[in-house]
Amino acid sequence: MANFFHMGGYAVFVWSAYGISTVALVWLAVSSLRASRTTRKRVEALRARRRKEG
Amino acid sequence: MHRFANPAEFNRLADRILPWAIAVMAISLVAGLYLALIGSPPDYQQGESVRIMYIHVPAAWMAMFTYMVMAGASFVAIVWRHPLAELAGKAAAPIGATFTALALITGSLWGKPMWGTYWQWDGRMTSVLVLFFLYLGYMAIWHGFDDEEKAGRAAAILALVGVANIPIIKFSVDWWNTLHQPASVFRMGGPTIADSMLWPLFIMATAFQAYFVVVFLWRMKLEINQRKLSVMNRAEVYG
Repeated sequence: MANFFHMGGYAVFVWSAYGISTVALVWLAVSSLRASRTTRKRVEALRARRRKEG
Repeated sequence: MHRFANPAEFNRLADRILPWAIAVMAISLVAGLYLALIGSPPDYQQGESVRIMYIHVPAAWMAMFTYMVMAGASFVAIVWRHPLAELAGKAAAPIGATFTALALITGSLWGKPMWGTYWQWDGRMTSVLVLFFLYLGYMAIWHGFDDEEKAGRAAAILALVGVANIPIIKFSVDWWNTLHQPASVFRMGGPTIADSMLWPLFIMATAFQAYFVVVFLWRMKLEINQRKLSVMNRAEVYG
């Protein structure tokens, strides 16, 4: 297990590469999904208001 | 094909594809990460540092693939004035910029232990940096115009001009002296990488591709709704 984390002495490089990639890709996915949901809700809310106002 | 020009049709299609794309992404990511970090052998020259390849290479492939999606969408938007095509380019750009940044960062983190430097101004690295700036420029143009129609057109033109950079990236390692190794997978005469490394690489590439589909569809839905909002708000002001 310690060997695994040590990565033959390249731990800093290997783990930063995987860490930075994970953070960036998760952030992009989560922010895209969130923004997509909020925008959909805003469209629905606006539509509902229009219907009420006729 | 033309019925997907209709945003409602597109949304339905996206909702059908998304669960499958998420499943493919999850499965290939688990398998790919296992193989990349544990199941594959260390390289006989590069040791364990070769494991960076399993994210660096898929990120670099996807950086170019996403650019071609963006440029293809821009072409359709300019020639046929297809409204969804324009939004497709806008949806793809941040994903492509992220892949490109990751290709540069992971490459740099691989270069330091192997070449002794984080960066070199050679053909490959410089042309990928140019790709990154093309993505940033494309996004800046979309934000820079108040008139969305003008913004879309200007951004699409930049995307098309920037296509010239793609073959430069691909062949940079053959045209100029560089620290970067030449193509070892998609080359005449077949791959020069051992199967024990090629498989993990392809599975990780599948995960990256599925990730692109998932996030692209989410962002398409976002762009479609945003366009709807701005149309509705305009109707409110002028109607």
